Amino acid sequence: MTLRPDLAVIAAHVVPGSRVLDIGCGDGALMAELETASGCDARGMELDGAMVERCVSRGLSVVQGDANLDLANYPDKAFDYTILSQTLQTATRPDLMLDELLRVGRRAFVSFPNFAHWRTRLALLLGGRMPVTRALPVSWYETQNIHHVTVEDFRDLARLKRAKLERAWFFSNEMQIGAPAANWRAEFAVFELSR
Amino acid sequence: MSPHPVSPVYRIPQPLPLDSGQVLEDAEIAYETYGTLASDASNAVLVCHALTGDQYLASPHPITGKPGWWDRMVGPGKPIDTDRHFVICANVIGSCLGSSGPASLAPDGAPYAMRFPVITIRDMVRGLVALLDGLGIARLHAVVGGSMGGMQALSLAANWPERAARVLVIASTARHSAQNIAFHEVGRQAIMADPAWAGGDYYAADAKPDNGLAVARMAAHITYLSEAGLTEKFGRRLQDRDAKSFGFDADFQVESYLRYQGSGFTRRFDANSYLYITRAMDYFDIAEEHGGKLADAFAGTQARFCIVSFDTDWLYPTAESRHVVHALNAAGAKVSFVELSAPHGHDSFLLEHDQLDRVVKGFIE
Repeated sequence: MTLRPDLAVIAAHVVPGSRVLDIGCGDGALMAELETASGCDARGMELDGAMVERCVSRGLSVVQGDANLDLANYPDKAFDYTILSQTLQTATRPDLMLDELLRVGRRAFVSFPNFAHWRTRLALLLGGRMPVTRALPVSWYETQNIHHVTVEDFRDLARLKRAKLERAWFFSNEMQIGAPAANWRAEFAVFELSR
Repeated sequence: MSPHPVSPVYRIPQPLPLDSGQVLEDAEIAYETYGTLASDASNAVLVCHALTGDQYLASPHPITGKPGWWDRMVGPGKPIDTDRHFVICANVIGSCLGSSGPASLAPDGAPYAMRFPVITIRDMVRGLVALLDGLGIARLHAVVGGSMGGMQALSLAANWPERAARVLVIASTARHSAQNIAFHEVGRQAIMADPAWAGGDYYAADAKPDNGLAVARMAAHITYLSEAGLTEKFGRRLQDRDAKSFGFDADFQVESYLRYQGSGFTRRFDANSYLYITRAMDYFDIAEEHGGKLADAFAGTQARFCIVSFDTDWLYPTAESRHVVHALNAAGAKVSFVELSAPHGHDSFLLEHDQLDRVVKGFIE
């Protein structure tokens, strides 16, 4: 099974044998990869009960819970890594979520769709309506993305939170692209952070 | 009710110390097993039964003739697969299907009745651990339990952490709430208010406190079902009649059903056992046993946990399961948790539920 590109890049950069918490782990694809390929001790958190059931039935340790509330129950630095893939923009308070990621984990991986991608900008500029694009395929009234964010917004937030941006990866059309003009060119971004 | 001859009985060779400070001499544990124990004893799964359950997990009940209480979950090719695992289910101490309880004979040759020491969930588990020792099982592949069975599984994990590699807790809790205790007290008072209870000394009498025990069961049975489930099953429908009788017969189907549940229960259960086991459940609070902090009960555990709740269970609601999960997270334990959707309240763990089957199978494997 091939991982989504942002998950593949995370899987490739987690130090083998680490303790990892995957927040919004979905069907557990990344967790399974981290456990089998990297010998990690992976735990997951997922809101959707059907997804949790799939994870548990494949032998993964996943807790059904709401990351907005339940991260508070984990001790400081309980994990080497916390991972938040394509979930930040759905958080009630992304700024507080980032704090929690860096409290519970020594390092954090965060991936999100970049709202400043040129397609999105163009769609809004020319269409005058909330963009529905390849990267953001759901209409404004039913999307779970309640806090749209751009690459530059995220960098600002990290600075504000005194989080160190260790590494960054950018993707367009499922392919990795370079960092220059990423705020225009990247459909998705992945950041590795520490504090 | 005499100890039942059907199941093998293990006599614990040493006195069993109890939380009350008393000691139970010559304690006996009746148990059933399914499947074959591997030569290295690595494939044992202990299933712990609920309040009125017994060791007849996947084999017919000797009194009622009904299939085992978890027959749908345990057997060849089933989620708890007896082709792969050696499955043990033992009657808890205090019960009445062959293990030592108030109906058992004391050293003086008369039934213990209320002279039987008050026991706790941890005492029950002490008995189970002694049985495992007797069977030569140092470490369980898994311990599994629903409701009071889940309490035993948690107690085993907290007090004998090296004895189980996996801990599966379904529709259960780490402590009895005020509401839980209140419902049990109604049941106990119903039994003790029955003149036939006679201070517990009814074993030689013609009449047993069946009326009290039936009422206790009726009250408890309501807590096992959801309001929506009762409405769906019975609504306000009348029982075998076209109009209300303007009397106190069982006019409504739900009344008839509860009366049937109550009286059927008295055929297979001892009233004093009901008192002792509900007491044990009411005393249950794992955090209290470990300095007041639940996470401390599981500090350093190497076991994997899976906690399952049902959205319509108001006896041991999801919040109680989450409380356990949060403690396990804080203790750094490997834990899974899922709230399953089912219409039937607390009893859902005993009923047909494909998602539960998949979770149990995936976790036990």
